[in-house]
Amino acid sequence: MPIQYYLFLSLALFCIGIMGTLMRRNAIIILMCIELMLNAVNLLMVAFSKMYNDASSQIFVFFVMVVAAAEVAVGLAIIVMMYRKVHSVDINILNRLKH
Amino acid sequence: MDVFEILFWLLTVMAISCALGVILSRNPINSVLFLIATFFSISGHYILMNAQFLAIVNIIVYAGAIMVLFLFVIMLMNLNADVEPQKSRLVQLAAIVSGGILFLVILAALRDSAVRGSIDKNATDIGLIKNLGKTLFTKFVLPFEISSVLFLSAMIGAMVIGKREAAPVTDNKNPKQN
Repeated sequence: MPIQYYLFLSLALFCIGIMGTLMRRNAIIILMCIELMLNAVNLLMVAFSKMYNDASSQIFVFFVMVVAAAEVAVGLAIIVMMYRKVHSVDINILNRLKH
Repeated sequence: MDVFEILFWLLTVMAISCALGVILSRNPINSVLFLIATFFSISGHYILMNAQFLAIVNIIVYAGAIMVLFLFVIMLMNLNADVEPQKSRLVQLAAIVSGGILFLVILAALRDSAVRGSIDKNATDIGLIKNLGKTLFTKFVLPFEISSVLFLSAMIGAMVIGKREAAPVTDNKNPKQN
């Protein structure tokens, strides 16, 4: 299986994530599209790790997952707090940093 | 066309169609379920490349923990109705065009790139938990410890952000109203 196929697959997933980030208004969906982009990058890194027979990039994928988990915890806490204030997760309403 | 290639194309089609389902479905709950299906197909790709540790961690951490967190938040906010306001047609079209243009540009740049090589089917053992653990605890032990500090700060930060606002100063006279 040529490495090009994995490149194009993860590129397609990444661009789908970008499209979703740009076209949705729900803040939770936007966070989910960011997760999709992170996973596309992870897939590509695992493919290159297999190609070059190197374990370091799989460790790097592991750290990306760690950071993604921390990011989701803080991001969802922010969204819940915003929802309590303005009763919406629409990003057109959430464009102010204070009240 | 052997089993490896058939599985590769099956998982690829599943990953891309489920990723499209994430951004196209109106109901946020359906988006979460499509994203879980995408993660499962990406885990299938990991298993095809014999990265077993990452496949299991992907299922446990992403599909098991993170997506359940998303699902909880969506259900807490009662967003599972199809009332989400949409962006205007023009903005949606611009989003699709810009994403597609990015796709085409990187595709054209990568098509003639010098990166050549192939994923061979014979299994290597670098993705097994024994080798990854050895690498993680010898070469990468400092980032590993720092990531625990990151988790601690993320946990404290989420609790501080998520806790209810303290009552305004003027309400301090009668704390029963809190």
